[in-house]
Amino acid sequence: MGNLIFEKVTALEAAKKFKAKFGDLISEPLEFRSETSVQLADAVKIVEVCRYAKNDLDFNYLVDISSLDNYGDDPRWTVVYHLRGLRHGCELRIKTDVGEEKSELPSVIGVWATANWHEREIYDMMGIRFSGHPDLRRILMWEGYPYFPLRKDFPLAGKPSELPGVAFTKLTPMEGGPFVTVAGGYSAQSREPRIRIPETDSIETMGRLERRKEIQEAHGHPKGPGPIEKK
Amino acid sequence: MASVQDIAIPDSAARVAQAAENLPEVQDERMALNMGPSHPATHGVLRIVLELDGEIITKADPDVGYLHRGDEKIAENMTYTQFIPYTDRLDYLAPLANNVAYALAVEKLLGIHDKLPPRCQYIRVMVAELARISAHLLGLGAFAMDMGAVTVFLLSFTEREKIYNLAEAICGARFTTSYTRVGGVMRDLPPGWLDQCQKFCEEFIPALNEFETLLTRNRIWVDRVRELAVISRADAIDYGLSGPNLRGSGVEWDLRKNQPYLCYPELEFDIPLGSVGDCYDRYLVRMEEMRQSVRILEQCIRKIPGGADNQSKEPVNVDNGKIFLPPKQKVMTKMEELIHQFMLVTEGMNCPPGEIYFGHENPKGELGFYIHSKGGGVPYRLKIRAPSFVNLSIIPKIFPGCMVSDTVAILGSLDFVMGECDR
Repeated sequence: MGNLIFEKVTALEAAKKFKAKFGDLISEPLEFRSETSVQLADAVKIVEVCRYAKNDLDFNYLVDISSLDNYGDDPRWTVVYHLRGLRHGCELRIKTDVGEEKSELPSVIGVWATANWHEREIYDMMGIRFSGHPDLRRILMWEGYPYFPLRKDFPLAGKPSELPGVAFTKLTPMEGGPFVTVAGGYSAQSREPRIRIPETDSIETMGRLERRKEIQEAHGHPKGPGPIEKK
Repeated sequence: MASVQDIAIPDSAARVAQAAENLPEVQDERMALNMGPSHPATHGVLRIVLELDGEIITKADPDVGYLHRGDEKIAENMTYTQFIPYTDRLDYLAPLANNVAYALAVEKLLGIHDKLPPRCQYIRVMVAELARISAHLLGLGAFAMDMGAVTVFLLSFTEREKIYNLAEAICGARFTTSYTRVGGVMRDLPPGWLDQCQKFCEEFIPALNEFETLLTRNRIWVDRVRELAVISRADAIDYGLSGPNLRGSGVEWDLRKNQPYLCYPELEFDIPLGSVGDCYDRYLVRMEEMRQSVRILEQCIRKIPGGADNQSKEPVNVDNGKIFLPPKQKVMTKMEELIHQFMLVTEGMNCPPGEIYFGHENPKGELGFYIHSKGGGVPYRLKIRAPSFVNLSIIPKIFPGCMVSDTVAILGSLDFVMGECDR
């Protein structure tokens, strides 16, 4: 890495080099508050553009990726890449539009590893997918959440959605063993295996013990002492 | 500044293989271990699903979002000023630094970030550096406590208490400060504050020396954190690390030096760098950053325009009624100020259409605000680039090959805050 000599570039010069390399794909640089932005016409080319920025213009640091919902406009989404070169200290913003019916663009994870979580966040919040992303799951909201909350048509107050009823979605490997919570019980009392059995044994508790016994038998556990007999 | 060089670091996969060779028999069975979300070492609500081979981690999958409050959505629904209290709750260990970062971002959008009065700039630098010390002290204390050194935690909280007192003196709140306003600060420094701050600086260096005697050459500490979770320079840049985690890997990048803002160019301070990139280096970088922060504070106390009691009436806010609320006395007596007050409170300041990104060197790393404005007093989109979020994304890379007991050390050395990560 160290033996390559990069010429000192300013953000504007970098934007011009982009223009020279990619022609009409890249818009004229836009300056605002001494920040430079360029617009990429075709979102499919984003990986190529980013790779050029990293390898030839030495933008080795991806600061952030954010997304915009241009609600009511077409194309609906804008994805914003904020690039920085730690050696020359320049910053450049690359923006690209994505249409709503497609809502997909290639992932730049192969260029900068940090894109992984940024892209997952955009998918989670806006619902824009990144093709080629190895692990495009929700990141801030839970798996199975039906909406994309940062869209402009999502209300601030939120929409009712189903929370997973139990924290466990499948059997734990040691279910039925000591100190392992039994999923799907009616109450905390019936799920908790360490609970002492009171003198007045409720029906619920009995149900728990039976259920536990069933599980133990199904797993081939040795038979325990069983419930304490009432005297 | 110290010279830096690339070093060869054994790959994580190689570490696993090496560790496996030394074991008499490695079972092929992998075990999934759930760590968190409510685990003392995860400093908040971080959940990590570990896949273990014996005691060696083979895969780690962090699960974040337990503290998600939708701050970015909330920001789209209120004026710029109304969002300031929400910034307190990002990195809640350094609310003052978040306030400064957010105010500077909105000022950049307005185009007044380089027109701030000098006294305001000095005040902001001082509170941001106090926040840095406070956040590093907590990070250090919690890190040491997870390693079994509870004394450091107690001592560091004694020092943090003094910083809370200083914060209380300037804005009335110890924790949720909301001290800055767009175009200035809530109010000038109270009488005697600079002396109090000077006293803190004088007492703090001996305390810091004491922490060093407890940890820096402590055999147990060094054995547990050295050469652990080494992050190479290339990886640190590739994963977008920032702050002490980036500099711990020897990358010379500090926004206070590289993209100077406020009055940092007028102040002398050094940027400490690590040479190896292990947990020990990240610890050392934070220790030295606290010393440099004290250095900055002492210079500010000496150089602040107006001095302790501001007899020369140096302004602390921009003189623009369309941005900063006019004094109440004038609102009650003058027509123009009354209109300004009314417009600012009901509609907010009129920001130009455009988009800006401002990155601030926060204790945890680069806290960035990307603001997309379509004009008016409400942002169309406000994206928060949270350093903790980005710093945590390296966990799947560095955890494999470490032991389960190392996780608490690595998490402590990464020093994250979930309030900021989950937003």
